[in-house]
Amino acid sequence: MEPDGVVPDAASLRAQVATFVAAHDPRAIEPLEFLRARFDAGLAWVHYPAGLGGQSVPRSLQSIVDRAFADAGSPTNHPERNGIGLGMAAPTILAHGTAEQKHRWLRPLWTSEEIWCQLFSEPGAGSDLAGLATRAVRDGDMWTVNGQKVWTSSAHMARRALLVARTNPAAPKHEGLTYFALDMAQPGVEVRPLRQITGDAEFNEVFLTDAKIPDADRIGDVGQGWTVSMATLMNERVSIGGGALPREGGMIASAARTWRQHPELRTPGLHDRLLRLWADSEVARLAGTRLRQQLAAGVPGPEGSAAKLVFARLNQEISEFEVELAGADGLRYDDWTMHRPSGADFFGRNPVFRLLRAKGNSIEGGTSEILRNVIAERVLGLPKEARVDTGPWKDLPR
Amino acid sequence: MEGPAPVTESAVTAPAQAQPLDLLYSETETELRGAVRSVLGDKAAWRDVLARTETAQTYDQALWHALAAEVGVAGLLIPEALGGAGASYREAAVVAEEIGRTVAPVPFLGSSVVATTALMSVGAAALLSELASGTLTAALAVPFAAGPGSRPAPTVRLDAPQAGDGSGSYRLTGTVSGVADALPADVLLVPADGVPYGLYEVRTGDGVVKDAVVSLDQTRQLCDLTLSQVPARQIAADEAAGRAVAAALLAGAGLLASEQLGIAERCLEMTLGYVKERKQFARPVGGFQAIKHRLADLWVLVTQARAAARAAADGMVTRPGAEAELLVALAKAACSDTALKAAQETVQLHGGIGFTWEHPAHLFLKRAKADSIGFGTADAHRASLARLADLPALMP
Repeated sequence: MEPDGVVPDAASLRAQVATFVAAHDPRAIEPLEFLRARFDAGLAWVHYPAGLGGQSVPRSLQSIVDRAFADAGSPTNHPERNGIGLGMAAPTILAHGTAEQKHRWLRPLWTSEEIWCQLFSEPGAGSDLAGLATRAVRDGDMWTVNGQKVWTSSAHMARRALLVARTNPAAPKHEGLTYFALDMAQPGVEVRPLRQITGDAEFNEVFLTDAKIPDADRIGDVGQGWTVSMATLMNERVSIGGGALPREGGMIASAARTWRQHPELRTPGLHDRLLRLWADSEVARLAGTRLRQQLAAGVPGPEGSAAKLVFARLNQEISEFEVELAGADGLRYDDWTMHRPSGADFFGRNPVFRLLRAKGNSIEGGTSEILRNVIAERVLGLPKEARVDTGPWKDLPR
Repeated sequence: MEGPAPVTESAVTAPAQAQPLDLLYSETETELRGAVRSVLGDKAAWRDVLARTETAQTYDQALWHALAAEVGVAGLLIPEALGGAGASYREAAVVAEEIGRTVAPVPFLGSSVVATTALMSVGAAALLSELASGTLTAALAVPFAAGPGSRPAPTVRLDAPQAGDGSGSYRLTGTVSGVADALPADVLLVPADGVPYGLYEVRTGDGVVKDAVVSLDQTRQLCDLTLSQVPARQIAADEAAGRAVAAALLAGAGLLASEQLGIAERCLEMTLGYVKERKQFARPVGGFQAIKHRLADLWVLVTQARAAARAAADGMVTRPGAEAELLVALAKAACSDTALKAAQETVQLHGGIGFTWEHPAHLFLKRAKADSIGFGTADAHRASLARLADLPALMP
């Protein structure tokens, strides 16, 4: 088998962690101070550049560093609290931000001092994101923003938001957008919970009324908002569909466990479904592994879109299976009161919760139908839909 | 590169899994693909493949000679000391993909994978040397439909030796139906019941009757074998023989998954090409969303099948035993369904032309359907997960 070059770098990174921990006793130092120092030592996200929390080594080495820190009893940066910040905002800032923005935002983002959210979708702009209507108007070095955003996870906890807004209504819709980082701690930002079919309010509606953004917080050029947004969304699809799991991880875990623990629930039809779902889950997991190996080898493929489609389908089918397997217990929920969870938990609580939450998987981060369009047109090269929305945005029917 | 793993030796020991599965294609594998594709491109155009299905010689001996001699695929798995290439199932899987892409009528799977694995399992050096050179081909005399979990009951029995038979020689009588790649084989490896149960070498010139089957897939035409007191030489007995057959069936299923991946990829490419060209209602039919979404779904299935096929090929090398069995079961299940779906979509999305004899779609449909049964159906492989993944059926 071929060596993949991981071994020598892994040893040196472990040595760096050991040196760092020797100088920064995790039991004696405040967690935040420890995390800031870890960032400054280039041991936060090792694939990031030097000076921005990393040292430009392959991303595959990150798990070695994380394990070494965990083994040393180090405090965590609670990545589960800042999924959008770490998974989407950070790569977008890295790719499109200025040097000053990277230095200002990335460290408090990584330490989770500043939680980020994403102000993209609107009541009138779901799949057709480029049709969005939130307006940003410039006056000197300050922008004023008015509009309504929706489906915003973490907005009630977030200090900053990725925002895409219309800056030129007279341009065609994709060309009149600009991308910003919005400070959520200001009077012009109102966050209201958006309750979903699980009973929880994991998401929010965000009302922007004369909210202010300094021009220094614009990401990318004026009119380049669509290009920057695409970078964010590709990261979203990778992060929704592409997480590394062990065998029988994810949605299949509890279904398989229930099957083993409750022989009295088994029927031949359910057995066949379970075998199919288990096999498809494991194959999807292998496909995710292969995708990450392609990325590590520097040959990224378009398979991330496939991963998200498969993930959504399997989560829905497995959770439907699990509730049916539970039989009489499948009629019981745990609690309909409105919780405000700090992050998305697709696999938590009880089977009914999982069934209901999974219905969002084929909608959030690009509906499965839009993803099929994307695959057909961008991967397979099939002809695009005939467009009727090519003129100035302000003249389009809404 | 490593030789084929001794799949049978450590079926009960937990595999060491320090290295993750390697699911990509190495440079060596990509080079090998190029060499195989070049020969197949010259000598296995679909019109020639189609024409050959209606001749008496459905296997293409000239093509096989070119692949075996020029590229060396016949001895790919055989150690260099015996004249082979000393490669592994990973490389063989790439050859299988290319054969699937062209539905080429050559006995690579039956001779260079299945029979070769059985012979390597028992260390039959002399026969392996003959196979490596490509001068001889062999087939394991089991039904093509037999899967790795279903040790086929021998339908051939050992006879009493006749007067004049030398010591160590045996005679076999019985029938085996629906055997793949036996038509062109010079040597049959026949599992036979008796005392002892064993695996026997039979030269097909020695009175074996091969009745060609009118096969669903004439690009891999099956035959029924009849043996009447045919002279045979024992190459393994008892458990060693059983292990050799099990290893061969596992390799057959694992590598057939890669062939199915090749079928699916070629079908998707062919169909994409067609729907971009074919115009109805004054536009390419590939611009209609009903068709775009079907092809997007098919592409997703192919990405999953590719990962599964690669995992099986790598797992057979690096994780012999139960883990290899599990990965092969996953791959054969996924790739069977995907190749068949791809071929079905190819027929449908080509419209009328896809239903004609003068279009290659039916060659792929027939190969895909036959392959979905060969070495165990998708359902049989999923059923084996009940044991391999501890998902037991009904009450214990």
